[in-house]
Amino acid sequence: MTASGIGAPVRRKEDQRFVTGQGRYVDDFNRPGQAYAYFLRSPHAHAAIRSIDTSPAMIMPGVVAVFTGDDLAADKIGGLICGWMIHSKDGSPMKAGPHPALAQGKVRYVGDHVAVVIAETLAQAKDAAEAILVDYDVLPAVVDTAQATKAPVQVHDVSPDNTVFNWHLGNKEETQAAFARAKHVTKIDLINNRLVPNPIEPRAAVGEYDFGTDNYTLYTTSQNPHVARLVLSAFIGVAPEHKLRVIAPDVGGGFGSKIFIYAEETVCVWAAKKVRRPVKWTSDRSEAFLSDAHGRDHVTHAEMATDENGRILGLRVHTTANLGAYLSTFSSSVPTYLYAPLLSGQYDIPAIYCEVDGVYTNTAPVDAYRGAGRPEATFVVERLVEKAARELGKDPAEFRRANYITQFPHTTPVIMTYDTGDYAASLDKALEVADYRNFQQRKQESARNGKLRGIGFSSYIEACGIAPSQAVGSLGAGVGLWESAEVRVNPTGSVEVLTGSHSHGQGHETTFAQLVSDRLGISIDQVSIVHGDTDKVQFGMGTYGSRSGAVGMSAIAKAIDKVIAKGKKVAAHVLEASEGDIEFKDGRFGVAGTDRSLAFGEVALQAYIAHKFSGQDLEPGLKEGAFYDPTNFTFPAGVHICEVEIDPDTGVTKIERWTAVDDFGVIINPMIVEGQVHGGIAQGVGQALLEGTVYDQSGQLITASFNDYCMPRAIDLPSFQVGMTVTPCPSNPLGIKGCGEAGAIAAPPAVINAITDALGHEDIAMPATPQAVWRAAQKARTLLAAE
Amino acid sequence: MYAFEYHRPTSVKEAGSLAGQAEDTKFLAGGHTLLPTMKLRLAGPANLIDLGQIAELRGIERTGDTITIGAMMKHAEVANSADVKEAIPALAEMAELIGDPHVRNRGTIGGSVANNDPSADYPAACLALNATIVTNQRKIAADDFFQGIFTTALEEGEIITQISFPIPSRAAYAKFRNPASRYALVGVFVAKHADVVRVTVTGAGSNGVFRVPEMEQALSGNFAAEALDGIAVGEDGMNSDIHADAAYRAHLVGVMARRAVQAAAARG
Ligand SMILES: Cc1cc2nc3c(=O)[nH]c(=O)nc-3n(C[C@H](O)[C@H](O)[C@H](O)COP(=O)(O)OP(=O)(O)OC[C@H]3O[C@@H](n4cnc5c(N)ncnc54)[C@H](O)[C@@H]3O)c2cc1C
Repeated sequence: MTASGIGAPVRRKEDQRFVTGQGRYVDDFNRPGQAYAYFLRSPHAHAAIRSIDTSPAMIMPGVVAVFTGDDLAADKIGGLICGWMIHSKDGSPMKAGPHPALAQGKVRYVGDHVAVVIAETLAQAKDAAEAILVDYDVLPAVVDTAQATKAPVQVHDVSPDNTVFNWHLGNKEETQAAFARAKHVTKIDLINNRLVPNPIEPRAAVGEYDFGTDNYTLYTTSQNPHVARLVLSAFIGVAPEHKLRVIAPDVGGGFGSKIFIYAEETVCVWAAKKVRRPVKWTSDRSEAFLSDAHGRDHVTHAEMATDENGRILGLRVHTTANLGAYLSTFSSSVPTYLYAPLLSGQYDIPAIYCEVDGVYTNTAPVDAYRGAGRPEATFVVERLVEKAARELGKDPAEFRRANYITQFPHTTPVIMTYDTGDYAASLDKALEVADYRNFQQRKQESARNGKLRGIGFSSYIEACGIAPSQAVGSLGAGVGLWESAEVRVNPTGSVEVLTGSHSHGQGHETTFAQLVSDRLGISIDQVSIVHGDTDKVQFGMGTYGSRSGAVGMSAIAKAIDKVIAKGKKVAAHVLEASEGDIEFKDGRFGVAGTDRSLAFGEVALQAYIAHKFSGQDLEPGLKEGAFYDPTNFTFPAGVHICEVEIDPDTGVTKIERWTAVDDFGVIINPMIVEGQVHGGIAQGVGQALLEGTVYDQSGQLITASFNDYCMPRAIDLPSFQVGMTVTPCPSNPLGIKGCGEAGAIAAPPAVINAITDALGHEDIAMPATPQAVWRAAQKARTLLAAE
Repeated sequence: MYAFEYHRPTSVKEAGSLAGQAEDTKFLAGGHTLLPTMKLRLAGPANLIDLGQIAELRGIERTGDTITIGAMMKHAEVANSADVKEAIPALAEMAELIGDPHVRNRGTIGGSVANNDPSADYPAACLALNATIVTNQRKIAADDFFQGIFTTALEEGEIITQISFPIPSRAAYAKFRNPASRYALVGVFVAKHADVVRVTVTGAGSNGVFRVPEMEQALSGNFAAEALDGIAVGEDGMNSDIHADAAYRAHLVGVMARRAVQAAAARG
């Protein structure tokens, strides 16, 4: 390992800019002559729009234009799309209702887009929006996931009972047979609470149109600018693909919520041409709460069958997944193919059957949020496994170990083939770090102080990378999920890497440069990473699903291999040796068995001056591109152990210890990986203890600000003990598995298992707020007293 | 936010007369309550009178058995004042429990008291410590000042200039924070004065800060947590929201009261 190569804890190159306030986010871009957009949003969860009178707004000071859905329709601007087709059990396609960027005839959730005002200033746009007269016929609303198909409310005409799909995966008959054979069946009912993503930077867009060249530019907070361009051009039709440039500059966090193509950026690009001026929109925090796609929101009943030896025989799961009022870009894939295939967890389960009903409600659209489907699956499996262990009187760690998959590759009943792993190794290490041996002592000590101590495990697995393209295509994806890279070597030997991945907090400018430094033997200061601009990077699929390392960096590695191959050709000419004798090592091209060699930079220069070879023998220049499509998903896995202490008088849960032992395959930068783990756990703890999204029965979002929606703070978290085990991933050239979502996936069941352990197995829903824990503790106390 | 006229007087007198002359005025202190409501367009005063440049509204002074704090003193300044820490440590600790560092370095005691948010901490302290709210027109006893949520004895255009706190023999504040907002879900301030014990509760009551006479009586006889055994506040009149229902709040009042008494008693 070199100081800046693979495995080195290199400080993040981008942080200098971020911590000194030099980052440039979308809102930092101001274009000459720009006007401001403000969206009039629905105050009702469900209403027919009888009429919209924009004329009082048009005459307000500073107003440039006011548009409604009719104006978009007149210009043949299409609706927003869902890019993953799911088929129901009966083979019928999912029921996708229309999703206009500005409402047409109906609004379906509080925050839905009714009209846009474009004005000289934001304040003027807001003033004018207040003057728009909308005549609503307010309709009853349905918000509750479990009630969606029963309520006398119809969100979309295409779906009379609000069902989007009834989907399934696994083998029903074999699972039934497994349950028939079972000695014991463990049952659980779970709610996976809806979350608001809340990246620190709210969404923003600046649309611009150049009448001279007929080119459009969109600056937007996107995790995948090329996908945004493709959707905006091919499906929504705001501009031809080759005439639209999408720039996603520095982006302040996404967690999934910036994957999707939303109404606001669509309208900004379209309106820029209409009003002949750049149009800017920046979400405020209230708008973000209402209109960013939310995450999770499942209601699940699950059962696990075990035999007389405590071996798991089968699993059956029924989930209702709330998709909100419209199908957001990847919403349909999240509770289906990103969920059910993970239900085998780390366990050898012979039979699994899962049914998922996707439903519409009058709430904000729900889509991928850090982990996307996999936290929901892990919550089901790990709560169920824990409960089964308790019911069978087994140690939760040993019950897990006894059911772990130990032979690889392993094909589960839910279409996944796990390539490699060593789950027992992670468990052993985690038990050691967590000092599990002495837990009972600590529990007694807590009891002496009137406190309840509990310990909870989470033995999670995730599928990252989302690939190969052929496989995801067969499952309904509308896109391929490869990645591209281009490695441009300059005559001076410095390198620019153009990547289709997008960094919005992940540290790609550092880790990708480390890979180049490692492979080419040059300093990371000689490498710059270019991303987030469709005019610079030819195409790319963006960043989500922990795919940038496994897929994005593999593409770079492939391009680097081509650069080295070309460099050998150049070196052979310069060193007057045969190409087969040229070796590349430690940044030098040398002739095998001699001391004759050239530094990487010398070869780069020779490639460009082309004095030592004829252009007929060898093309000048040193620049190579690659598209990389993996052979499989990757399967990061690990064991997290959470230890809590509860104050039964107040219900306050304090996390006393957190142990995380993860297998992410090969690690590029351990410091960045630890940071990802910390952030992920914080979000998972947020879901388990703090974050609850509450709509009232009329569909008003009650938790619409940080006053009521509780984000995790440093004080809510312990100092994490993070450890690693490594089994390199065999399905990509770097051995990387991915680490971005692991914490958020692992944490919730670990916390809830710890709390229920402390409470003497009394169950509790997320978020386990002090009030909820206090109530459960009261109940546990009463039960205890009765015994 | 709607447009407004901005005024920056340098004396209380000037501020008072501005308020008398201009239409639809609001005083601006730390702005941590007022500005968010203006940004959300829930408030839209035509004239904003910034009290930030008025030197008379600043300062902390100890005279004999009273601590007097200027209305524009920030929470962090109260929390870190050597005089407050020495004379009424419970008050400094209470100020330290407000919000987060940003809030404590903007929000003011005058703004908090004038606002009388039902979940704010200062109202509990003022009432338990039997404070006097001094304005540009008169002096008002805390008992008369807080009149229900967001309602006080202040008249239109009246400016709080100072708040003076008699130094108790011992006192403590126990706060159960709303996990999201950091305001008090339930806060109990207990103060033992020479003649009487005062117990006040914020955050819990649907009509704002209130005293608990039963607890006060019990503690006047025996200033120890055990004296509160068997005393429970009822659910009636308790707030109920998504964070805590009335029963839980009522329960927490008892727990926090005990903890406050224990802390005060431990002070020796
Ligand atoms: C995130 C957050 C968390 C908070 N947490 C807590 C908490 O835990 N506990 C708590 O108690 N508070 C909390 N607060 C409130 C904050 O600490 C301030 O006390 C509060 O905002 C009012 O003080 P201010 O100086 O900001 O007043 P402003 O917002 O400027 O004014 C509030 C009101 O008082 C009036 N006013 C101000 N000064 C005077 C005066 N001298 N005379 C007459 N009228 C006046 C104004 O006209 C206005 O109506 C929190 C606030 C925020 C934003």
